[in-house]
Amino acid sequence: MKQLLVLLLMLVTMTAAAETPEEKGLRIAQEADAYDTGFTDFTADMLMTLRNKKGDESIREIRVRTLEVEGDGDKSLSIFDRPRDVKGTAMLTYTHGLKPDDQWLYLPALKRVKRINSRNKSGPFMGSEFAYEDLGSQEIEKYTYKFLRDEACGDLQCYVIEQYPAYKYSGYTRRVVWVDKEFYRPMKVVFYDRKNELLKTLTNSGYQQYLDHYWRADKMDMENHQTGKSTTLSWSNYQFKTGLTDRDFIKSKLKNYK
Amino acid sequence: MIKGLTIIGLTLAVCAGTPASGSDWSGYISGEYRYFSHDPLYPEQRIQYWSLATQPEYYREWEGGDQSFTFTPFARWDRFDERRSHWDIRELNGYWNLDDWQLVAGVSRVFWGVTESNHLIDIINQTDTLEGVDGEEKLGQPMVHGTWTQDWGALDLFLLLGFRERTFTGESGRIRSPLVVDVDNPIYESPRENKHIDYAVRWSNSYDIWDIGVYYFYGTSRDPRLEPGVNDEGEAVLIPHYDIIGQLGLDAQVFLGNWTLKLEALDQRRREEKYAAAVAGFEYTFVGVLESQVDIGTLVEYSHDTRGNASTSPFANDIFLGMRLTPNDAQSTELIVGLVYDLDYDGEVYRIEASRRLFSSWKISFEAQTYSGIDQRDPLLYPVRDDDFLQLDIAWYF
Repeated sequence: MKQLLVLLLMLVTMTAAAETPEEKGLRIAQEADAYDTGFTDFTADMLMTLRNKKGDESIREIRVRTLEVEGDGDKSLSIFDRPRDVKGTAMLTYTHGLKPDDQWLYLPALKRVKRINSRNKSGPFMGSEFAYEDLGSQEIEKYTYKFLRDEACGDLQCYVIEQYPAYKYSGYTRRVVWVDKEFYRPMKVVFYDRKNELLKTLTNSGYQQYLDHYWRADKMDMENHQTGKSTTLSWSNYQFKTGLTDRDFIKSKLKNYK
Repeated sequence: MIKGLTIIGLTLAVCAGTPASGSDWSGYISGEYRYFSHDPLYPEQRIQYWSLATQPEYYREWEGGDQSFTFTPFARWDRFDERRSHWDIRELNGYWNLDDWQLVAGVSRVFWGVTESNHLIDIINQTDTLEGVDGEEKLGQPMVHGTWTQDWGALDLFLLLGFRERTFTGESGRIRSPLVVDVDNPIYESPRENKHIDYAVRWSNSYDIWDIGVYYFYGTSRDPRLEPGVNDEGEAVLIPHYDIIGQLGLDAQVFLGNWTLKLEALDQRRREEKYAAAVAGFEYTFVGVLESQVDIGTLVEYSHDTRGNASTSPFANDIFLGMRLTPNDAQSTELIVGLVYDLDYDGEVYRIEASRRLFSSWKISFEAQTYSGIDQRDPLLYPVRDDDFLQLDIAWYF
């Protein structure tokens, strides 16, 4: 009996040891994804503050609506309220895993819906330090993973995981992500550019829990170390399970979101 | 127009019953300066012009946006060009979202098309040519417009209630023909004249990397034939003739990596005649050139019209080469430069458009156009060969 127990213990230890850093990284990403699954949809207001090296600020106000899509990337709609000259502009995105997103932009001055060639997601969103690829839904297959270490992050304990974009035309060679062990919330992300040089750091703070389960950060600070510019996203009015459907995310409705 | 307004009245009456969940005014006020670098060809014209314009918009929504009301008047006052001082109701409509159906009733605007140089298939709204040479500014059109969305795409059904005549520059304005257009005495093929009810049906859908749309329009042509005549004062003028047409239109786009291929084509029956026209081309985008955030797009488009020299369009047999510069900066700077080369007459038209946000709610726009090697036989461009201009526009958005 005692021998059996020792054998079992040995087996458990061996299985654990057999998990490579790559497997552990993937497992944590899968657990994080599973934790956030089932939010169905949400709406929120985003205030984006852009800061240049001199500290001059400019703002954008955007209303965001997102629909969870099972087996594919989410559908999202962004409606611009400020700056005033782009008021009424709306962007519809069907995010996908490895294949390029489908994206349409409605330009109110011309009443024109323009499909955007979205193969390359490395470009900046609205002149900010956030690239399109930073804001799209984070599907598991978009990256390969490697667990680096356990580390304290503020008062919390974090997994530190390295992620390598699996889709083409990313602006990064890798991202290093700190996720807290209890709720898999990304606390910090460090981005390395195509030359593998330090590019940006994203710090998330003010996490709030919605529907007693889903966590969203109130504040996201992105600092570009190469240009000295930074962008802060402040989120408010988060509402989950609002009853949005596929019919709310169609091209022909873009001109009626104001 | 009257019918359209009646519908608006009804819309308002229905909407007024329920409490609004949001309402607001927005829009712009702008000042524009135009400088023509050559002396005018016709006596009443000038070298410099300036004008003021405004386009406020009132928007109110109910039921979280499932019902809304929009009112967008537009007005321009031009210091020297009397006819360019004009106003219009760009939008005055009610909108209902009924799950699979969306309904718009009232004055509205609709744009169709994919190419940059030639807006060939766009037909629902009349062009406000007083507002710009690119034909992108449109007059409000009274309509009932239903959109039915299903898995196989979107079906748009239009009843166009009443016709809007094209605007034309007056005697004191530039970029015009030697004879001015007599906008007071148009000739219609339909005995119902500008009360003819037009209709249009369009199907469109996206399949993976493809976007496609097909439509049929039956009604009064937006694009008049201009025939020499005499006005009420006995002066020689051009008389616009608005024929009844049937038009089949197609637009398609395909996205292949950094390439976008574009096509617009139409087939039109006008009186006993029949003609076809098309514009096809591509846009190739260099993303993040030289490790920067700047995107550069290169555009090539070819336009053809089977009417050849008899075409009412300046794009009968023309090549457009263009470049779009998008720095993706905080001020949303945009720059597009282009050249249209006429393969029939060898003439060239160069054009620059640029804009940039200033502070938080101002925008400055610059536009310039210049003509080179315009042939005497070119019926559309020879009369405007000396109308090279620079234009500066500063707008405040509220």
